[in-house]
Amino acid sequence: MTTPKKDELTGVATTGHEWDGLTELNNPLPRWWLYVLYATIVFGVIYAFFVPPIPGVEGILPTTRQALSEKVAEAREGQASFLAGIQDSDAAAIRADGELFAFATAGGAASFAENCAPCHGAGGAGAPGYPSLADDVWLWGGTLADIQTTIVHGVRNNDDPDARFSEMLAFGRDGILNGVQIGEVANYVLSLSGRPDDPAAAARGQEIFAENCTSCHGENGEGMQELGAPALDDAIWLYGGTLADIEAQVTNPKHGVMPAWGGRLDETTIKMLTVYVSTLGGYKE
Amino acid sequence: MADVYADQEAQSRKEQSLYASRVKVYPKKVWGQVRKLKWATLIVLLGIYYIAPWLRWDRGPNAPDQAFLIDMPHRRAYFLWLEIWPQEVYFLVGLLLLGALGMFFVTSLFGRIWCGHTCPQTVWTDLFMWVERLIEGDRNQRIRLDKAGFSFDKLWRKTAKHAAWVVIAILTGGAWIMYFNDAPTVVPAILNGTAGIKVYGFLFLFTATTYLLAGWAREQVCIYMCPWPRFQSAMYDEDTLAVTYREWRGEPRGKHKKGESWENRGHCVDCRACVAVCPMGIDIRDGMQLECIGCGLCIDACNNIMDNLDLPRGLVGYDSQRNQDLQATGKPLHFHFIRPRTIVYAVIFSLICGLMAWGLLSRSTVEVNVLHDRNPVFVTLSDGSIRNGYTIRVLNKTRDEKVYKLSFDGLGYATMSVVGQEDSMADNIARLTAAPNMVATYHVFLTVPPELEAEESHAFEFTLTDRDTGAVAHHETVFRGP
Repeated sequence: MTTPKKDELTGVATTGHEWDGLTELNNPLPRWWLYVLYATIVFGVIYAFFVPPIPGVEGILPTTRQALSEKVAEAREGQASFLAGIQDSDAAAIRADGELFAFATAGGAASFAENCAPCHGAGGAGAPGYPSLADDVWLWGGTLADIQTTIVHGVRNNDDPDARFSEMLAFGRDGILNGVQIGEVANYVLSLSGRPDDPAAAARGQEIFAENCTSCHGENGEGMQELGAPALDDAIWLYGGTLADIEAQVTNPKHGVMPAWGGRLDETTIKMLTVYVSTLGGYKE
Repeated sequence: MADVYADQEAQSRKEQSLYASRVKVYPKKVWGQVRKLKWATLIVLLGIYYIAPWLRWDRGPNAPDQAFLIDMPHRRAYFLWLEIWPQEVYFLVGLLLLGALGMFFVTSLFGRIWCGHTCPQTVWTDLFMWVERLIEGDRNQRIRLDKAGFSFDKLWRKTAKHAAWVVIAILTGGAWIMYFNDAPTVVPAILNGTAGIKVYGFLFLFTATTYLLAGWAREQVCIYMCPWPRFQSAMYDEDTLAVTYREWRGEPRGKHKKGESWENRGHCVDCRACVAVCPMGIDIRDGMQLECIGCGLCIDACNNIMDNLDLPRGLVGYDSQRNQDLQATGKPLHFHFIRPRTIVYAVIFSLICGLMAWGLLSRSTVEVNVLHDRNPVFVTLSDGSIRNGYTIRVLNKTRDEKVYKLSFDGLGYATMSVVGQEDSMADNIARLTAAPNMVATYHVFLTVPPELEAEESHAFEFTLTDRDTGAVAHHETVFRGP
């Protein structure tokens, strides 16, 4: 044991710690500081009675959780008139009413992020196999009524008998067309949207197209929304727009499935979703 | 030997308690130039503090008419002609920076002038001490009163003092509330008990802190609570003017009898007048110390003594370390205000002033924020066109419903459409409305035809024009393509 060294200038004891000649003085703390510490402890105990930090134990004052639920309830009350308005109007009327439109867009966006974005992407950007909702073409129709029907019943699911349904024949797998013919018709499909193709093959493919494809995709590949048959004459390709992509789809088609949301979401939410989807860019009157 | 060390250690521990009790300070009344200046400063500052919330400023209907008002519930701050939105909180940052740099600048020139004269802690402590002196008498009377046993005289003086302090504290807290509420409305509300829990809560908080800090804590605040004195020495250098005891003139000190010669001794007569008046309870003759707030009352005290002794004033005065050394060796004084340190502080201070002034002068009553959609970044349409979406927020800072024209520059051949008002477009100029004092949000699409082959990223700008006043706001953004 050694006695604490004293700092020569001030006469105050040091802690014995030294850094490059700088010593740490061991000055006493003001006594009131200690009392403030005791006071905070006393305050803490009293405060714990008023707002207990134990889950499930209620105190005299409301906890922040209670305050939050109150605020949420308040907000819900504020939403009530809008929700009633949405309940009483169809999607077109909601779209025409500035306040309801803003409310439905915001509410639809929240619901979209929760339920739709996993497949359709945030903002309806889409992904290969999952149609973009932000462009200007629709597989099953883009009017408000069409969008709402698609959301309520879904596509090609086994849960809802009213689900939109169609199936493209597996021209390759089932041996309806052979490999050469599939290549020719795929070249023709490319030519419909002005994409580079093999003109000779495309010319031969035209006849095959007329025989096998026009009943669903239309004379000139303009598509048919009643059957969810996509247009083949535009720049948008659900399963890819290269020759190989098209050949693969003709050989062994992929079919998108969408669940029916009618039983899962309430009517107001579906209306809000309908309105929100219509703002993404493909709105058709 | 071991015993000796153990004894020493025990002795040392005894001396060295972990806690120190406060030694109460009884500052003596003093009169002089510094004291006059301090009273004047106190009157001006408290005057501003108490009068400012009552000043009115006409902003037209539907707007508060208080000149200085921070309206928390509505998220607005009013300063004379300025109305600050939360989006403009950088003005507050600028003010804080100016405050900090201003203090650095002044400190490097004149030492702790802020602490000693203008700090609220000093101003209110001064006021509380004045009340104390009025009721309990000057230094010696107060010491005697504290030592004396219980008596009616002591009881009423102590009660009256604390009552007066509480009244001042309530007025202080009350005035603070008025900067956040309409003063003529909140004062009657406070008095008739209808002001609401928040107002009373803050009133109590500021009353309690004023009473405790100015009445009880006083110099303890400066020594132990305030961080500012701890690093002020970083702004000091040998040319900084500070309250200084001129040791070269005062020493060797000693008592002096009338008629004695001043040869071979210093001018300090060790009367301790400087110690008696010090609100921090220190001895300025010990040199520069953390506790000294630079109030300069010891200058007044010493000057009065020097006058009585027919000696020149200024044994304690504002002086720099450099001048101390020069005078001690009989060389002429040298004041050095323009130094790299002060230049740097002044330049940064002016720069921020300029930026703030530019920001305030170019501040528009309309502002537009543009957010380029990230999901999706761009959309390919059926004909091969590329479309981008933008969320447009229009800040209408006026009290009227406004109609704006939205147009864009630097993206030729693009067409614009606004979600929800697909029909109302003419010549690529959208008509956007914004409710008074509100933010209006719109979603806008721009489409570039396929033959233009949109670039990966193309900068352009949106322009928002107030249809009535012609006020214009620009916002630069990008158009993205594949």
